[in-house]
Amino acid sequence: MFDLDRWQEIFQTISKNKLRTILSGFTIAFAILLFTLLFGIGNGLKHTFEKQFAGDSQNSVYVNSGSTTKPYKGLQSGRQIQFRNEDAKFINEKFPDEIQFFSPNIQRSMQAIYKGEQNRYTVRGVYPDYQPLESAVIQDGRFLSYIDIKSRAKVIAIGRLVEEDLFGAKSAMGKNINLDGISYKVVGVFNDPGGDNDERYIYAPFTTIQGMYKPNDEVDYFGLTFNSKLSVDGALAFSNLLTKVLKEKHNVDPRDQGAIRVRNYAEGTKNVQQFMTVLNIIILFIGIGTLIAGIIGISNIMVYIVKERTKELGIRKALGATPNSIIGMILMESIFITALAGYTGLMLGVFALRALGDSLEKYFILNPSVETYVVVGATIVLIIAGTIAGYIPAKRAASIKPIVALNDE
Amino acid sequence: MIKIENLHKSYPIGKDSLHVLKGLDLHIKEGEFVAIMGSSGSGKSTLLNIVGLLDVHDSGNYYLNGQLIENLDERKAAILRNKFLGFVFQSFNLINYKNALENVALPLYYAGMGRKERNEVAMQYLEKVGLADWATHLPSELSGGQKQRVAIARALVTKPKVVLADEPTGALDSSTSHAVMELLKEINREGMTVFVITHEEDIAEETDRIVRLKDGVIISDEKTVKKSKV
Repeated sequence: MFDLDRWQEIFQTISKNKLRTILSGFTIAFAILLFTLLFGIGNGLKHTFEKQFAGDSQNSVYVNSGSTTKPYKGLQSGRQIQFRNEDAKFINEKFPDEIQFFSPNIQRSMQAIYKGEQNRYTVRGVYPDYQPLESAVIQDGRFLSYIDIKSRAKVIAIGRLVEEDLFGAKSAMGKNINLDGISYKVVGVFNDPGGDNDERYIYAPFTTIQGMYKPNDEVDYFGLTFNSKLSVDGALAFSNLLTKVLKEKHNVDPRDQGAIRVRNYAEGTKNVQQFMTVLNIIILFIGIGTLIAGIIGISNIMVYIVKERTKELGIRKALGATPNSIIGMILMESIFITALAGYTGLMLGVFALRALGDSLEKYFILNPSVETYVVVGATIVLIIAGTIAGYIPAKRAASIKPIVALNDE
Repeated sequence: MIKIENLHKSYPIGKDSLHVLKGLDLHIKEGEFVAIMGSSGSGKSTLLNIVGLLDVHDSGNYYLNGQLIENLDERKAAILRNKFLGFVFQSFNLINYKNALENVALPLYYAGMGRKERNEVAMQYLEKVGLADWATHLPSELSGGQKQRVAIARALVTKPKVVLADEPTGALDSSTSHAVMELLKEINREGMTVFVITHEEDIAEETDRIVRLKDGVIISDEKTVKKSKV
């Protein structure tokens, strides 16, 4: 296959016919450039959506309480519903199979002071189960433990940005932070893919916070994740049932939307997944369409080139070129131009995407890029396309009788 | 060298067919310098195309260099053309983006000769036709006579058995025509079989044997009477 002489012959043909080469190369380069940009921008859209929903576990459910909006069973509307510890116990026991992680939660805004530095943060009293719910990732130390819960320990896990605010470049591990006058020891630092806000939380043992600031059994809200084996529909059915039993327990009208609110991420996930699938199909469709247009373009140009060269090919035949050598020559030329031009388009596209970077973030395009396998796949498609585009006219050229070709003007 | 027996060829034209060659018999021995004469439509170009393996005959026998030509596919024909035949065309048929040397070297490329060697051989033949200084010029930079000499060098470069010239002087003025014929004569003197097609009487006169063709049959076949040079 690798015949230096043949390549020299091809390079000569290409370099002596620059306009023709550039024209045919341009078509394919442009098609691939468009393909890459489309794919990249599509991926950018995907990245934005992924990021928007990456903050919390995809199977999390949050249960909040509020005031009733409808009178029910002789009770007036406007009644405040307050969750208590027994509700936590009730939910946990009612759905042992459906619930994976579960944590009641008390949330307060507190002034945190360490040496000279101070700032306001949201402090959440939670159970250890809360960590997977938030998708928090421990980078130093540990998260809260059941021993902390049991002993009502004054320990906290802080977000990466809390450490940065109060300790600068130093480590917060083992240091004591003053929260509204009470000293807590930092046992862990976490980061969170959900972004800056999620990294400015402080987590303390639920029992500690409840005992300290709510000297009763009141709970602000519940966070839980459902069993990941549940289908999206199963998860929605579960959260509907959960809503129903809680409304019954607290004497709330089943149609009352305000008093007990269950927010299930499965619903959003379902929509997002559907949206992504459609987006993917559209991108794929347009991308492949662009590629096909490019292939047809180069095929057309190859037909034209071969027609234009009919006489030359006739001369070559008269001088002893076999049909195979004619096909080989045109094929290799076609593949070479396609691959080179395609690669140029691809690289232009990749660099353009890289240059764009996150500058289009406000148009919901985040880090537009193409994966390596797309790049490799597109290159292979190109070479195959080059072969097909070249083969048909080459075959035809080879089958023209030399006498006919020689008389072509 | 070339032996033709009862050769027939017809071309389909619509529903009918045009019978161009009607049973030709011709024998050309090695080293002969033959002119085929005839007006247009006499079948002389068809004969040359068949002899040159650019076209196939319908019936009859054709022996090239003792080999019976039959069932020839394009590949075999290409190899035989490369090995045994050199072509000189009326319109030169040089490749316009290749310079003189590259044009001459092209048949050697198809013969499978290495680049360096074929450029050397091609240069020798350009010298032979007196165009060594024009080796790097493109066809568009050469005169008609020069182009035809490049074409002759190209026809000779593979050391073929026969040189087939189809109206080699048809596009040239009379003095250039004469120079080209002198070159062909010189080649013939070195032992090459040369087969010229022409409709010009004075060109045919310069060969050793004239075969006249009319309406697809040979009407005369005679040696030329050499006029003594003045």
